[in-house]
Amino acid sequence: MHMNRRAFLKVSSLAGGGMLLALYARPAAFAQGRPAGPPLEPDAFIRIAANGTITIMAKDPEVGQGVKTMLPMLIAEELDADWAHVAIEQTDFDDTKYAGQFAGGSTATPLNWDPMRRVGAACRQMLVAAAAARWHVPASACTTTAARVHHRASNRSIGYAELAADAAKLPVPDVQTVPLKDPKAYRIIGHTQRGCDVHAIVTGQPVFGIDMVRPGMLYAVYQKCPVFGGKVVSANVDAIRALPGVRHAFVVEGAVPAGDVVPRDPGLMPGVAIVADTWWQAQAARKKLQVTWDEGKGAAQSSEAFAQHADELSKQPPAHVLRHDGDTDAALKNAAARVEAAYSYPFIAHAPLEPQNCTAHYANGHIEIWSNSQTPGSGRTMVAKLLGIPEGNVVVHMLRAGGGFGRRLTNDYMVEAAWIARTVGVPVKLVWAREDDMTNDYYRPGGFQYLKGGVDAAGRLVAWQNHFVTWGAGDEYASAATLSPLEFPARYVPNFTLGTSLQELWLKTGALRAPGSNVNAFVIQSFLDELAHAAGKDPVDFRLALLDTAPLPDAEADRQPKSRTFDAARMRGVLELVAEKSGWRHRTKQPGRALGVAFHFSHLGYFAEVADVSVSADKRVKVHKVWVAVDIGSEIINPGAAQNMVQGAIIDGLSELMAQQITLEHGRVVQTNYDRHPLVRMSQAPIEIEAIWRKTDNPPTGLGEPALPPIIPAVCNAIFSATGTRIRTLPLVKSGYSWA
Amino acid sequence: MRFELTVNGQAHAVDVSPDTPLLWVLRDVLNLKGTKYGCGIGQCAACTVHLGGRPVHSCLIPVERAVHAPITTVEGLSADGSHPVQRAWEEIDVPQCGYCQAGQIMAAAALIAQTPKPTDADIDAALSGHLCRCGTYLRIKEAVHRAAALAAGTPTDQRHAGRAGDGE
Repeated sequence: MHMNRRAFLKVSSLAGGGMLLALYARPAAFAQGRPAGPPLEPDAFIRIAANGTITIMAKDPEVGQGVKTMLPMLIAEELDADWAHVAIEQTDFDDTKYAGQFAGGSTATPLNWDPMRRVGAACRQMLVAAAAARWHVPASACTTTAARVHHRASNRSIGYAELAADAAKLPVPDVQTVPLKDPKAYRIIGHTQRGCDVHAIVTGQPVFGIDMVRPGMLYAVYQKCPVFGGKVVSANVDAIRALPGVRHAFVVEGAVPAGDVVPRDPGLMPGVAIVADTWWQAQAARKKLQVTWDEGKGAAQSSEAFAQHADELSKQPPAHVLRHDGDTDAALKNAAARVEAAYSYPFIAHAPLEPQNCTAHYANGHIEIWSNSQTPGSGRTMVAKLLGIPEGNVVVHMLRAGGGFGRRLTNDYMVEAAWIARTVGVPVKLVWAREDDMTNDYYRPGGFQYLKGGVDAAGRLVAWQNHFVTWGAGDEYASAATLSPLEFPARYVPNFTLGTSLQELWLKTGALRAPGSNVNAFVIQSFLDELAHAAGKDPVDFRLALLDTAPLPDAEADRQPKSRTFDAARMRGVLELVAEKSGWRHRTKQPGRALGVAFHFSHLGYFAEVADVSVSADKRVKVHKVWVAVDIGSEIINPGAAQNMVQGAIIDGLSELMAQQITLEHGRVVQTNYDRHPLVRMSQAPIEIEAIWRKTDNPPTGLGEPALPPIIPAVCNAIFSATGTRIRTLPLVKSGYSWA
Repeated sequence: MRFELTVNGQAHAVDVSPDTPLLWVLRDVLNLKGTKYGCGIGQCAACTVHLGGRPVHSCLIPVERAVHAPITTVEGLSADGSHPVQRAWEEIDVPQCGYCQAGQIMAAAALIAQTPKPTDADIDAALSGHLCRCGTYLRIKEAVHRAAALAAGTPTDQRHAGRAGDGE
């Protein structure tokens, strides 16, 4: 993949002829879990040009997770393409051709592992059939390597390019029965392939959403109320229109959602749009903007009041009991040792480095959109509804995103751009300032978890009670503010209670990388550590004993496919592996330095992690090394990219651990930029992060999210071992810690 | 106002207000999109370019202060991606999302121009002002060492010789 990609693609599209493969197999999991879309029609995944270039379509949003390289690898493997001569092309959003064009939930691998390979295998079979017909030999006597069909018996071979026109006339094989390779024969899957855009990135080519330019394009900013849901009473738009470069300035009424719980993606919020010849002119004009806001009910909120109210709620019985096994009260009373602990964690922002942006052009009832949304299909639906036009009149082009992390699962920037584009009638690029991004996020919900646990005289965990104080009203939860009644250690503790109480929140919340898990692993794995110490057990041994417990039967869990429910044997596998690789059993006691361990199951993946951490007397923390044992099934599709992803997830988790928090005062978000919502920097990162793959006989699953959750408790547990201080509140800066 | 800039060896005249940050002149007037906006306050350094050979935050430099020295952006580092830092970044496959990498690359290029054999501490000092939201710091550090070796004419490093196709 060293050729100049632009020249390469140009050649293949000029060459003409060739073959289009018309196939798509609907992933079963997708069909089960989500509303059915329009019927899928076949379309091109593979284009074989007369000059030998094979172009493979990448259908999913690329947000840095490497899917634009990974999905074509699956096709290329079964096609037996020569990877060095494969070109990759990003598709538009098109649900008449492609299924599941979204980036979320670490689902790209489990949803596409089977169908993408079948696309490649079916195409290969057609090429083989074409060669066999030409040579008058049985197809079974032919083999393929590197985009050529061979007939060994007669020592003949022919390239795919020469066969493409013949193959295109053949019937498409049944994708469900087309034979797939023995994994031992893989030449592409399981072998590191560089990111297909790496050359474009290192040479500064305009590949990101924010780089989009259209002829005659104007630039927009959009000012919303500093309090979520606030409406514009008046604004000095006439004065703004007189400023240099400004072409338009107007109030957008938008729609503040009704009800007590903010919907997942509430749509176009009220605000003021400024459209200018350049972005800087629009942004500079904004400094002169004066708006009188009706701030609404959000203005009374503060983080301090939330914490006080949570404490009050914790003293009352939970409003909802989500799970109740055995007799938790009696078991706690009779326990040999008991621990009570109150855990809390803050709201945090996604803050992908590329701020939210979207380019749109509206003309004659049609709109064309260039976006790096993680859910372009949902965005299209929202835009169509907002503008009152059919979805078919909305075209969404998919561009590379400078990070996703869940922020681009929602489409607020897209509906803003669409509305502004319709108003101004020429192409317009909306770019949010960083401050817009930080103060208008769908925040990872903060939360409060009040736990009680007990162990018996033998050191076994016999009681677990959690009162989770979270967000919502009645029995409706805020987005991403839930805790599953199946979350481990549910079913593994005989006396177990999970209850929730809700407080009202007027703020957008949403999924951030490993939603739920990125806080629940902190609480659960930290509290398990507390109980292990209370029991006088080694933290690994205590966890292994828990994993050896026979789980309680559970009707809900039993209804789910086995692959979706927690498998203690797989977790034991990674826990034992990480203990072995980190030298856990041979660790020595050093003042101020210790190992900490944690595990978590999420997104179908099993992760156990050990962190080697030192803490100085003045609470300066250094994470020296992290071991990450991974079970995501039978294959690591792109090992180099997978290692990169694991290392990044650990560093991301450390950012959440140390310093990130979003707080509210008078309903306003206090932190507006990276200075007060910091990321880990190079000098603060661990010196080494070792990913250890444990391949098991399970279908491959995703890696974007599940490596993150265990690192937070692993470090907290190490801090406890090193210092005797238990961390129950995130982020660490609240307790006086900083990076060494 | 009219300003004359030298960008990647070419003279340009731009007509913008004097307080316009160099970043937005590069991106929206000269259409050089490789230089990125991330924070606007010098926290992330995604906007790093060379001004007179030194790395600067182009989001904080008003255009009127960028007229006296030549400017180099990632597009001007080499004509074809052959600068040792770019080659090293590609060889080691550093990026995840890739958005911060132009800034990281410009800082690394300035570092090895000054310090041909940087230590880990040198690299930390030169690059800790740069945020990578994806957390690719370990690869960035590895790539800076590799770039230094490439710039010094070291042949293929065996550690990376097979990275494009190995089975790790």
